[in-house]
Amino acid sequence: MSLLKLEGIGKNYFGNQVLQDVSIEIKAGEIHGLVGENGAGKSTLMNILFGMSVIHSTGGYEGKMWIEGEEYSPMTPLEAMERGVGMVHQEFMLIPGFTITENVKLNRENTKPSLISKILGKSLEFLDFDNMEKDTIESLNKLNVEMDHKQKVAGLPVGYMQFVEIAREIDKSNLKLLILDEPTAVLTESEAADFLKIIKKLSELEIAVLFITHRLDEIKEITENITVLRDGQMVSSLKTSDVTPIDIAALMVGRDVKIKKTNKRAFDEDTPIALKVENLKVLMPGELVKGIDLEIKKGEIFGIGGLAGQGKIGIANGIMGLYETSGKIYKNGVEMKNNDPGAMLDNNVAFLSEDRKGVGLLLDEPIDLNIAYNAMESRGRFFNKIGPLTQVDKAAVLQNANEMIKLLDIRCRGPKQHTRSLSGGNQQKVCIARALTFEPEVLLISEPTRGIDIGAKELVMDTLVRLNKEKNLTIIITSSELAELKQISDRIAIIAEGKLNGIFTPDTDDVIFGLAMSGENVEVVANG
Amino acid sequence: MDKIKAIYNKIGFPRFIITLLLFLFIGIAFFLDLSLASMFTDILKRFGMNAILVLAMVPTVQSGSGINMNLALGVILGLIGCLVSMELGLAGWTGFGVALAIAIPLAALAGYLYGLMLNRVKGQEMTVGNYFGYSVVSLMCIFWLLAPFKNPQLVWAMGGTGLRTTLTMDDSFGKVLDNFLSFEIMGVTIPTGLLLFFALCALIVYVFSNTKTGLAMRVSGSGEKFAISSGLNVDRYRILGIVISTVLAATAIIVYSQSFGFLQLYMAPLYVSMPAAASILIGGANLRKASIAHVIIGTLLFQGLLTVSLPVINIISEGSMAEIIRIVISNGIILYALTRKEAV
Repeated sequence: MSLLKLEGIGKNYFGNQVLQDVSIEIKAGEIHGLVGENGAGKSTLMNILFGMSVIHSTGGYEGKMWIEGEEYSPMTPLEAMERGVGMVHQEFMLIPGFTITENVKLNRENTKPSLISKILGKSLEFLDFDNMEKDTIESLNKLNVEMDHKQKVAGLPVGYMQFVEIAREIDKSNLKLLILDEPTAVLTESEAADFLKIIKKLSELEIAVLFITHRLDEIKEITENITVLRDGQMVSSLKTSDVTPIDIAALMVGRDVKIKKTNKRAFDEDTPIALKVENLKVLMPGELVKGIDLEIKKGEIFGIGGLAGQGKIGIANGIMGLYETSGKIYKNGVEMKNNDPGAMLDNNVAFLSEDRKGVGLLLDEPIDLNIAYNAMESRGRFFNKIGPLTQVDKAAVLQNANEMIKLLDIRCRGPKQHTRSLSGGNQQKVCIARALTFEPEVLLISEPTRGIDIGAKELVMDTLVRLNKEKNLTIIITSSELAELKQISDRIAIIAEGKLNGIFTPDTDDVIFGLAMSGENVEVVANG
Repeated sequence: MDKIKAIYNKIGFPRFIITLLLFLFIGIAFFLDLSLASMFTDILKRFGMNAILVLAMVPTVQSGSGINMNLALGVILGLIGCLVSMELGLAGWTGFGVALAIAIPLAALAGYLYGLMLNRVKGQEMTVGNYFGYSVVSLMCIFWLLAPFKNPQLVWAMGGTGLRTTLTMDDSFGKVLDNFLSFEIMGVTIPTGLLLFFALCALIVYVFSNTKTGLAMRVSGSGEKFAISSGLNVDRYRILGIVISTVLAATAIIVYSQSFGFLQLYMAPLYVSMPAAASILIGGANLRKASIAHVIIGTLLFQGLLTVSLPVINIISEGSMAEIIRIVISNGIILYALTRKEAV
């Protein structure tokens, strides 16, 4: 009999089907891999399994689940835990100032009665530290890790924090299924290797593991069966021994990508280099860049792709100087000052951030100021000079905004509307209008179509291509959507684990992209 | 009905209530046969006295450090300007000018240092400002006692050292602005000079906020991340806002004192920030947005209510009630505004 059985699981967020008809069976002690691109529905599936409130506050899910033959439909994580389902989240849920023991036993402390508790109830019982420590040592021993259980969690290496999380889960005596959400993403290679051993150990303890990762070699190494999700649908469920990483990658990204690209352009040796980075390192939390070299030619549309958290977002932010950056950045052969956004703007490099609402817009200012501001600050445009005084030329700012609103079809009540109340797509158009008004030589644009509807998406992409053609604008586009990159880029760099994992032409096979994103050494795998 | 609702939303709850109260009191005053002319004279005078103090709130809000609860710092330096001018025995416009000339550079320097400190406590400017105000006022109490002023009109009659708590300005530059071009119309005295001086200050603040630097300051306050990515040094613009605010506060107390006719030392500077904060919030400002219009509307409403309620309540109730109501209103409005940080 299977431990966990899912049948026809689906989830609909406000009319948007993010998960559809997923059926999985997991046996006791089985290590089951779950793979898929960003947004394929992995997190949603986990949230359903673990009874997260976000599922029920948005109308529940479809389908049925069973644990050991009994129907299972958790309304809260607590209920999931009672039924023997544990989860280790991507972000650690540990209290840094507590010891390992206290963290492992958090909210499940062993207690012993006291005089006060006899009168006022169980919640005032004393903590039974001896037993708590004994249990913790036992759990740690099960995992074969040596740690001082009295040490505070703060200051532990990341890998060890992960072990504490797992120790906490297996300390729950009834644990039957452990869900691991990208557990190795934050680990170094040797830590990851240790970690995989521990997973195998769990399997020997008859605990089933649902293992979510995008590192295909890990999947191949430790899982018995694999489920592949793509765009919310289960594309296949197969035995690990039957497939190669290449097959998995093909299944992961294998959607039909319509490439509308019209003219394939070749950039020869003579084309000057617009932007060059050498050993770029960016300390952007969650998107660390660990040393990248790139050369982008003038007039090129250069795509940067990769999975979330791998560092692709960090590159543009680093070039612009918004996060602490080291390495060398050259524009037209001239070295730029690091960590100085103003200097980059003065050198005609503009940036449209992925964080539209934080970095990209002044939410409580009108559209017209949002559009004009870069040009005002860095170019001194839209000012009247009265003797030594500069005064904002409000009429010119307004007129420019009106032109942009017409050109980009920004749906608004007028140029004085605050950008906070615009829809995502129109907010993005305001950002693009700012870049248009600024007229940069190099435009860095990150996640240009995230959170905007299809109509606006097309307009945004078309505008980028048009700008590139008409003004010979060099564009560096960072996106999580491979299809989008393939549609307009001349070359696509894939970033994995903070490093460049290869630069590809857009007509490269999706399988190769899939492998490259997963951090595989593409040449080697492709050859055999 | 929707239209009325839209107008009500635009006015906002506090302004609506205060306006209602103001008209209610004016109505009662009319019935009680109180002299409306002298009331309006009073309102105009109080408006002129207080408006620059309220104006001093604008640059800090615009540059993103919220309402300046530490007006006391600028006020103290303004007082020092007055004291030096009076010690030298200057009177009239010269006295006024010298007081400003001494106070403004001092205030700019103090504002700069205070700004350096505030940049280390981002997000808690108002709390820190409050306590900084308390500290600096207490520290200056020692200064007032020990300062080497010799003019017998300034120091205590007995002993000959230490400044008095309240100094009369009759012999120096009291009322220079109030009396400048002032005239009477239908029994209401218009303090032309006082109002003109406020207009001048407001114009300077307005013009500045539309210069490239002023716009950069406003952008820094409106969206820190956006400002950084536009190449602005946000910390520098925050300091600039605090410097301007402190200078305005110093100017404001000189204007206030000459109109009032007295200099108030020791604990008095402590009681300056609260009414000014309440005024600008009643005017429709919040912790992220403030304009000259907010200053004018807010000061008129706050001072108007204060002026009209005093005689009215004195007649229909206990004397001290007016003061109590003023405190309840000003602190209540501040409290209300603080609970809606995000609302526009």
